Amino acid sequence: MSKDREFLWRRLHSLLGIIPVGLFLVFHLSLNFTAVGGEDAYNGATGMMELVPHALLLVMEWVIIYIPLMFHAFYGVYIAFTATNNTSRFSTFRNWAFRLQRMTGIFLVVFIAWHIFQTRIQKALGAEVNYDMMAEIVASPWMLGFYIVGILSATFHLANGIWGFLVSWGITQSPKSQQIATYVTMVIFAILSIVGVAAIVSFV
Amino acid sequence: MMEAVNTGKTVELIIVRQDTENGQTREEKFSVPYRPGMNVISALMHIQKYPVTADGKQTTPVTWDMNCLEEVCGACSMVINGRPQQSCSALVDKLTQPIRLEPMKTFPVVRDLQVDRSRMFNALKKVKAWVPIDGTYDLGEGPRMPERKRQWAYELSKCMTCGVCMEACPNVSEKASFIGPAPLSQVRLFNTHPTGAMNKDERLAAIMGDGGLANCGNSQNCVAACPKGIPLTTSIAALNRAATVQMFKNFFGSDHMVD
Repeated sequence: MSKDREFLWRRLHSLLGIIPVGLFLVFHLSLNFTAVGGEDAYNGATGMMELVPHALLLVMEWVIIYIPLMFHAFYGVYIAFTATNNTSRFSTFRNWAFRLQRMTGIFLVVFIAWHIFQTRIQKALGAEVNYDMMAEIVASPWMLGFYIVGILSATFHLANGIWGFLVSWGITQSPKSQQIATYVTMVIFAILSIVGVAAIVSFV
Repeated sequence: MMEAVNTGKTVELIIVRQDTENGQTREEKFSVPYRPGMNVISALMHIQKYPVTADGKQTTPVTWDMNCLEEVCGACSMVINGRPQQSCSALVDKLTQPIRLEPMKTFPVVRDLQVDRSRMFNALKKVKAWVPIDGTYDLGEGPRMPERKRQWAYELSKCMTCGVCMEACPNVSEKASFIGPAPLSQVRLFNTHPTGAMNKDERLAAIMGDGGLANCGNSQNCVAACPKGIPLTTSIAALNRAATVQMFKNFFGSDHMVD
């Protein structure tokens, strides 16, 4: 990384976490939520994706998902490992959120890599992505647990990331506005978690 | 000299010691006669006079930094029972014993409790934490500062470069280049000053460089730890907004960098 570019990389990291990665997560969890309505509803909703021309879908996947996600993930790992956590000495909510943001981030790199391998790469190798695929995956209680932890990590990381974004870009400045942003983002965490977990358990 | 009042009570201390920079650390226990109203420094002064450990072994006097003894110079900061603070205003009566003293390890430890805070002073130079007024002729009076602005800016000026926020910050360490909360808040102070604001783009450029503003991870430990109650996280958020505006100015091009 060239000299004096760190500010730009960090701001880019903050921005990409919301747009497009955060938006994609909300879209992804919403689509999954159709599984609550049963196998047909889920297959119908995901089948919509097949209507997009394959070449365009590939370009969109790389531009909207893989490239921003990889930058956010790998730069994020670097940020996480330069921190010296001290929640034992400063056990405030914010310091715990700081630590959890880094812990969930590291876990998500592993989880998402596995998730992509288990679904997208299997699709590229000829498997069909549908309700049955997910039902087979979460038939194992270990996998179900792994997915639930992954979903909760993602929803926390996004919700708390929105809080960080608002500070890092200078939108919430006063302690009061930052406090209200904490409440709002924790509500977002709760809602997204309910949506995400309700979807995964409906495959069981 | 006032003679020590014999209260019959003692103060128990555990001090993390180290003889040389990067040297081995060891713990030593001390038992100091208690006097009413003691602070940590008075206990350290006793150890300096009688460098004997609790189990009666002769040792070297403990080294620490101090100067004003009234919590305005910032020199005597150390980690007391896990919390970084000034040892002059740390009262023995308010601390649980044994009192554990450690150096602020986010800085290079010179010896025992003495640390080298140079990185803070270097950071103040880097961010140009001053108001340049030198010229070849008398520049006259500067613009007036609104009173209500002066009042909150005064709070920022209470910073004594003590290093407590640096010790509390999880992103300030040997393995990271972050300049830390204290110098950032000074940028807000000098950019608020009406004469200082004439060079605000230079200070913003300094904190928009490597190891600058964007390295803050928003753990908000600094504002919780600051002994002077400086609104450090508000300063950082305010600078984030100023940096966002400056970033657009820099990129899209403006014919003037200040206002």
